[in-house]
Amino acid sequence: MEKFARDAAEFLPILLNGVALTIIVTLGSLLLSTLLGLVWAMMRVSGVAALSWLSAAFINLIRGIPIIVLLFYLYFVMPDLGVSMTALQAAIIGLGVAYSAYQAENFRAGIEAIDKGQIEAAHSIGMGWWLTMRRVILPQAVRIVLPPYGNVMIMMLKDSSQASTITVAELALQGKLIASSTFKNTSVFTLVALMYLTMSIPLILLVRHFEKRASHR
Amino acid sequence: MIELKDVHKSFGRNEVLKGISASVEKAEVVCIIGPSGSGKSTILRCINGLESYDRGDIRVEGTRVARDGASITAIRTQVSMVFQRFNLFPHRTALENVIEGPVFVKKEPRAQAVERGRALLAQVGLADKADAHPPQLSGGQQQRVAIARALAMQPKAILFDEPTSALDPELVGEVLAVMRKLADDGMTMVVVTHEMGFAREVADRVLFIDGGIIVEQGPAKGLLNQPQHPRTQDFLRRVLHPL
Repeated sequence: MEKFARDAAEFLPILLNGVALTIIVTLGSLLLSTLLGLVWAMMRVSGVAALSWLSAAFINLIRGIPIIVLLFYLYFVMPDLGVSMTALQAAIIGLGVAYSAYQAENFRAGIEAIDKGQIEAAHSIGMGWWLTMRRVILPQAVRIVLPPYGNVMIMMLKDSSQASTITVAELALQGKLIASSTFKNTSVFTLVALMYLTMSIPLILLVRHFEKRASHR
Repeated sequence: MIELKDVHKSFGRNEVLKGISASVEKAEVVCIIGPSGSGKSTILRCINGLESYDRGDIRVEGTRVARDGASITAIRTQVSMVFQRFNLFPHRTALENVIEGPVFVKKEPRAQAVERGRALLAQVGLADKADAHPPQLSGGQQQRVAIARALAMQPKAILFDEPTSALDPELVGEVLAVMRKLADDGMTMVVVTHEMGFAREVADRVLFIDGGIIVEQGPAKGLLNQPQHPRTQDFLRRVLHPL
C-alpha cells in the first residue's frame, strides 16, 4: 500500500496530462455526435423518403464498422486520399461519427414516442414541420432521451481510450507508456482504472438524476 | 363558408367516406351524429387537412383544402380544431398553450397575445388556472383550455371532434356550457358529438352519417324528434334508450 502511494505520487502528474486529453476527446466527440445524431434523426423523421433512406443507410454503415477500424481509416488511410489531420482531430471525428449513429437512434426513439395527437394539435394551430419540431416535439422528447444520453456519455468517456490506438496520448496510452518503461503494471493500471472511475461517477449520478426527473412526469 | 362536394376517402381498402356533400354557413352550428366508425371524425379531419381526401372538393371560404398545398397553413389558422383527447401541450402552462399559436404562428407581439390569452381563459372560466400545467387540470378544465387555444387563433370556424367523449360524466356540462356560449356569440361550429341534448338545443342543423354517407340531414329539432329514415330512427332509439 505504501509502495502504491509512492508510485501514485510519482506517476499522477503524467497521468493527469492524459486525463486532460481524455476529457478533450470525450467532450469533442460528444458534441460532434450530438449534432450529427440530431441531423440523422431529423432526416429520418422528415417524411422525405430520400432523406430518410440516406440517414438509415448511413446509420447502418457506421454501426457495422468497429470504432477502431474507423479510427485507423481516418488516421492512416485519409492521408493517402490527400486529407491529413492530427491524431486528436481524427480521434474526435472518428468517435463523433461512430457515436452519431447511436445518438440518432436514441433521438429518433424519443421523437417517435411523442403522442401523435401532439403533432395534430400543432398542425391544427397552423404550425409547419419545423415549428412543430422545435416548439412541441423536441422539448418533450428531451425528457425521454436524457437518461440514455447520459449512458452514451459514460460509454464515450471509456471508449475515448480507443484514441490511444492512433497515438493520442490520453489516459490509457500514458498508463501503457509508464507501465512498459517501469514494469510497475499493478500500480499504474490500478491508478488508470481509478481515474476512469472517478470521471465516471459524476456522470453516473447525472444519469440517475435524469432518470428520476423523467419518471416524475 | 365550408363546402364539401362529393368527398371520398379510403384507408387502404376501407372506404370511410363515400361521397359526402354538405355545407356550413357562417354562424351556423352543425352537429354530426352517427355510429362509431361511420366517418364523422374523418370529415372534420379532412376539412382542416389533418387527413387527405381522395376525390371530391372541400373549400373553406372558396379556398380549396389541399393537404400539401401552401394554403393549408392559412386554412388551419382560420379553422381551429378541438380534439377528443384535448391534446394540450403538457410541457407548457395553460396560458402558454393558448398563446402558442398567436405568438409563433401569427407572430403577434407577446404582450398582446398574453393579454388576450388571459381574457380567453377567463371566458372559459379558468382565469385562475393560467399558470397550471395540463396534467394538474381535470379533463373538463383541459378541454376548456383547448377551446381557449382554438379561440386564440381568432378562427372563422371551430371543428369539435367528440369534445366530451373522453370526459367523466360530471365534467361534460362545463364544456358544453362553454360551447353553447360560443354558439350564442355567433361562432361557426361543426361538432361531432354523441350529446343529443346539446345537438337538439344548440345546433341549427344535424347530419346523420352512417356507412360513409349522409343518411339524413335537417333542422336539429325536426331530425332528432321525427327522424324520417329507418337507420336514423334505429340509431336515435339506441342512443336515447340504451336499455
